[in-house]
Amino acid sequence: MTVPRHSALVPALYRVGEVYRELPDTVTLRLVPESGRRPPYTPGQFNMLYAFGVGEIALSISGEGAEESFLHTVREVGAVSTALARLGVGARVGVRGPFGTGWPAVQDTDVIFVAGGLGLAPLRPAIRRVLAGRGHYGRVAILFGTRHPAEMLYLQELEHWRQRLDVDVSVTVDHADALWHGNVGVVPALIARTTFDPNRSVAMVCGPEVMMRFAVGALREAGVPDERIYLSMERNMKCAVGLCGHCQFGPEFICLTGPVMRFDRIASLFSTREI
Amino acid sequence: MPVGAKAMIVREALQGLFDALVTEGYRTLGPTLREGAIVYDDVRHVSELPAGWTDSQEAGRYQLRRREDAAWFGFNVGPHSWKRFLHPPLELLWSARRSGDSFEITVPAAEAKLALIGVRACELHAIAIQDRVFCAGRYRDDSYQARRTDTFIVAVNCGQAGGTCFCVSMGSGPKAAAGFDLSLTELLGADRATFLVEVGSEAGARMLERIASRPPTEAELAGAQAALERTAARMGRKLDTTHLRELLREQAGHPRWDEAGERCLSCGNCTMVCPTCFCTSVEDHSSLDGAAAGRVRLWDSCFTLDFSYVHGGSVRHSTGARYRHWLAHKLSYWIDQFGTSGCVGCGRCITWCPVGIDITEEAAALRTPGRAKRKEVTHEEP
Repeated sequence: MTVPRHSALVPALYRVGEVYRELPDTVTLRLVPESGRRPPYTPGQFNMLYAFGVGEIALSISGEGAEESFLHTVREVGAVSTALARLGVGARVGVRGPFGTGWPAVQDTDVIFVAGGLGLAPLRPAIRRVLAGRGHYGRVAILFGTRHPAEMLYLQELEHWRQRLDVDVSVTVDHADALWHGNVGVVPALIARTTFDPNRSVAMVCGPEVMMRFAVGALREAGVPDERIYLSMERNMKCAVGLCGHCQFGPEFICLTGPVMRFDRIASLFSTREI
Repeated sequence: MPVGAKAMIVREALQGLFDALVTEGYRTLGPTLREGAIVYDDVRHVSELPAGWTDSQEAGRYQLRRREDAAWFGFNVGPHSWKRFLHPPLELLWSARRSGDSFEITVPAAEAKLALIGVRACELHAIAIQDRVFCAGRYRDDSYQARRTDTFIVAVNCGQAGGTCFCVSMGSGPKAAAGFDLSLTELLGADRATFLVEVGSEAGARMLERIASRPPTEAELAGAQAALERTAARMGRKLDTTHLRELLREQAGHPRWDEAGERCLSCGNCTMVCPTCFCTSVEDHSSLDGAAAGRVRLWDSCFTLDFSYVHGGSVRHSTGARYRHWLAHKLSYWIDQFGTSGCVGCGRCITWCPVGIDITEEAAALRTPGRAKRKEVTHEEP
């Protein structure tokens, strides 16, 4: 009777290759596999990151970097995320994954990215993928909302996207400061002001559930069919492999059929309270 | 002896089976009396079985009683189920040791193989359901799979039905039909007690060959059959399973959920005693000097607030929503997820609920339309 080492419940060792300070409480870690080989991933998928002796959390993959690495953007929220966000270069972390579903691979359509706050992180690899093959898509819009101008994630990259003439980037904040000259208000409000063809576009939405609720409402209002709207759902996550029961969303295991879910498949669950 | 063959053994010969299993390196587990209940634990001798005891069960009530005879298996099911051993309440998944900036992870060695003695028909179904949960999906639970591969199962057919039993409704009993190595039917004759043994596997046949047996008589076979029919006719509870999967989905807004939520203490007893509930949490530990760490997996319950906690709060903050999740998962979502109901009709959740909430009564109540109190969330308003 032996327990195989490749069990999905046992983390693999990764080394922190680099730490990028994004915001006072948020960093992006570049994680390099000690095995030398990073498993393949699809934008939208997540990993389980383990801080030695502290614990493990689910974190979306926010991109890939040099040395076959994963990028993970971590905000100091709880004990584990704080421990991870304070790791130095060279420290080891445990990684299980990638798990779950990714953003759809589409072509020849308009693509609308709708992100709220840290919700931009799981969308970033999908945005990068679309912009890298820009010719294969119709209109591309990135709609991003954040609480405060000082909390703008990926500021440089956002600026870089904004300077491109083939991408429609709109940013809004909940609370402006004296230096802010842009939009003020919630991100779903940007949808009505964006030009796209609702019947041949795909919307990818990630943010707090309440924000996604309003975003779905605005997308439907704009005429986007339910089956063209994708959401990244969040639930409590422990095992990430459909064995612990924590992430259930009605009959769905978010770790298996999510986190990225097509809206028409979850519409009735989405409208049920405390499901 | 081929699979499906039947033989008679004198009751005392069961000790020979225990001995043979121990010789083969099995840890023998069976029912025994402890702290006012019949539980499952290490049993090496037939004298440790609850001879002459039975249990009386009703919603929120469990009581041991003396039997008029000296039956060894003359009871139904207690608070334990076999998941206690196959899917332990606490399990070390791995441990880690720090070395400089890095650390090394090791997986614990396997334990002794298990022989489960006295497994009821409903419990065989529960084990088969957990097999699907842990071994048939995209990801496999390796430690569960390892334990299951080596498990030897001695089933026992129920000679009586408990007050909260409804295996007939769930199609899971009272006869042990599959998933065992040997099955026993206890026959209490006037002069001498015997077991009718049925062979369920080749491993079972090999074990049976190690104890003295003889072919059964027609009268003995008929007696065993009659006992099972009597049990089936005396189920304490009934559950109408017609369209249950759809019913529970459609009735997410039924006022009954809030009413159950007002009675439910969210203690989680039902999930702990349920033989199919599989939810777990993990806890990470580290030594005081920070050199060693480990992760243990523990049974968890969807009745706790922590269970659905995400940054900002719990998804299922009301008790009614947590009860709804448990029942809907058990009777409806389970079918979507694993192709089978999650309920085997053992009645434990009814018996061990401190306020006597009855799964059969709650499911039936959903068939009566009530005025919905639970508001749906619309996409236009928060």
